[in-house]
Amino acid sequence: MEDLHLASIVVSTIRNAPVLMFAAMAGLFAERSGVVDIGLEGKILASAFVSAAVAYTFQNPWYGIGAGIAVSVVLAMIQAFVSITQKGNQLVCGIAINIAMSGLTFVVAQFFFQQGGRTPDLGAARLTDVVLPGTAALDGIPVIGWLYGHVIGGQSVLVYLAFILVPIVHWVLYHSRFGLRLRACGENPHAADAAGVSVQRTRYIAMLVAGVLCSFSGAYLAVVQSGFFLRDMSAGAGYLALTALVFGNWRPLHTVMGCLMFGLFGAIQIQLEGVDLPVVGRIPGSLIQMIPYVVTVVVLAGLMAKSVAPKALGKPFVKSR
Amino acid sequence: MKKTELPRWASGFVLPVLNLLSALLVAALVIHLLGESPIESLGILVNSAIVNPEGLSYTLFYASTFIFTGLAVSIAMQAGLFNIGAEGQMYVGGLGLTIAMLAFDAHLPAWLLILAGMIGAALFGALWAFLPGYLQARRGSHVVVTTIMFNFIAASLMNFIIVKYMIPEGEQNPASRVFADAAAMPLLNKWFPVLGDTPLNISFLLAIVALVIYGVMVWRSSWGYQLRATGLNPHAAHYAGVKISRTIIVTMLVSGALAGLAAVNSVMGSTHYLSLNFPAGAGFIGIAIALMGRQHPVGIFLSAVLFGALIQGGFDLSLEKPNIPQETFIFIQGLIILFCGAMENFYAPVVLKLINLKRKD
Repeated sequence: MEDLHLASIVVSTIRNAPVLMFAAMAGLFAERSGVVDIGLEGKILASAFVSAAVAYTFQNPWYGIGAGIAVSVVLAMIQAFVSITQKGNQLVCGIAINIAMSGLTFVVAQFFFQQGGRTPDLGAARLTDVVLPGTAALDGIPVIGWLYGHVIGGQSVLVYLAFILVPIVHWVLYHSRFGLRLRACGENPHAADAAGVSVQRTRYIAMLVAGVLCSFSGAYLAVVQSGFFLRDMSAGAGYLALTALVFGNWRPLHTVMGCLMFGLFGAIQIQLEGVDLPVVGRIPGSLIQMIPYVVTVVVLAGLMAKSVAPKALGKPFVKSR
Repeated sequence: MKKTELPRWASGFVLPVLNLLSALLVAALVIHLLGESPIESLGILVNSAIVNPEGLSYTLFYASTFIFTGLAVSIAMQAGLFNIGAEGQMYVGGLGLTIAMLAFDAHLPAWLLILAGMIGAALFGALWAFLPGYLQARRGSHVVVTTIMFNFIAASLMNFIIVKYMIPEGEQNPASRVFADAAAMPLLNKWFPVLGDTPLNISFLLAIVALVIYGVMVWRSSWGYQLRATGLNPHAAHYAGVKISRTIIVTMLVSGALAGLAAVNSVMGSTHYLSLNFPAGAGFIGIAIALMGRQHPVGIFLSAVLFGALIQGGFDLSLEKPNIPQETFIFIQGLIILFCGAMENFYAPVVLKLINLKRKD
């Protein structure tokens, strides 16, 4: 068991979680307004590719992140148009976006870079980690030096953004006028409508916010974590984020706890690979990969938490005559 | 007829065709942007997938698999369930089939082996769909998310099983041993030599039988009535005495069994061994087929043939035009799901207006 390093598990949990946190917060806005967002996966993938491609081309990570926001917002607006204006099936629309993006990102990556659907390594265009002032001075002190240099400091700007967004999202959702309207549209759109709130407009804005937040997830994956784009690199992160949402009962703080939990599983998975454990022996990597998905099913089965979805979730709003 | 409703020929034929054309138009635009000519590409596609008899045979071979996955998604949709898990169910169905083959292919005659393979595939596919169905019916966990999770679990689990238990000794390739010759599905080129050396086999005929059974069961049996009632309005169905949770679980079992049967064509009809990721997205194509064919047997058949042609023609196209790799058709598949599924009524107001103009005359 001495191969399991607690310190590296903590650090990699913090580094795994933002992908899920951004996407889960995006899903939070969409779903609290009453629009199911199964299309998180496709938006993550699209923004991951675009941000990697643009960051590489201009050798500037910020251009990449900006382009990622743009493409994710476009996809979110397509979703919004289909779900809100067209009153189409929101699940089908999300799945369509996921499948279409899985194909399109490969085709375009192959067209521009000819590396089997991969972008070249970003190298210097990767977003660098922030080094807090005084890291070197504290480095010698056992616990505090590590805490200051590798947990609180030494992270990418996007990691800080993910954690700073949590209280902001909480405040917007529960303490702002927009948040109240948003929740009303997700729980009882007819009441919101009667009170003079435009359900359609509120849901469009929610999807816009979801598009922006979700793009950071993709950008983080490509520009920070990996330093390149790889075919289907989101690997179900969008679905895991949705599950964290179910697990957290569509509440921001609980949802983030769910994301951190999945991040922790990811970190343990890397640690467990190729390690001989007492009793069970060596667990093959393919079985460890299953853990987050199995946990998800267990969570969904209501064995760990009772989930209450927004009441009007997935139902297109038809203004009564 | 009321002025606010579309006649059946319009909603059943004109709208799906308009939706399909829109999807293909967007695809053509992307192909144009990739620097290739959409018209020329279409020519290559049609030529290699339909005009050429060997190509047509491959098209129908792929279609046989897609009919089963399309049926799997369709029957679940009839009950209001969106089964995204056909991919995983087909994969696990392949395991059931392989276990049956590895156990019996030295002992049983060919026709019994085919039967055993089909039973194994259907059984394992159904089992893989049982838990999502049960959780939806009894615990209210949404079948969409659970089936997606089961796809991921199936991928990891099958990887583990194939690598750990299936690879014959001394081999490196992650695949099971090759089945005995008796376990091969009889090829149709025995009767139609014009098909050439292609894997089109009696699965195609089985798929057509399955379409007919599906049509009869859904529209002409009391079980089908319960199924559709559950899909249209579960509250009304419950009030009329339909056991909703039982209908949901049974539907998912049938859906999973159909997805499992799709493995018969892929494994026993072509490769004759179990390999990693052999479904290759056929389960997801089933979603597109179910939506495009509006869950109607004729629609499912035509959509399955269209997708078979896209896969077969797309393969030849990717060889001639490196800028249009096979993945382009995953993108087109997504477009078809978007236009034929989520935006199915996009053109309805326009078509209605046109029809009402005619009515006034």
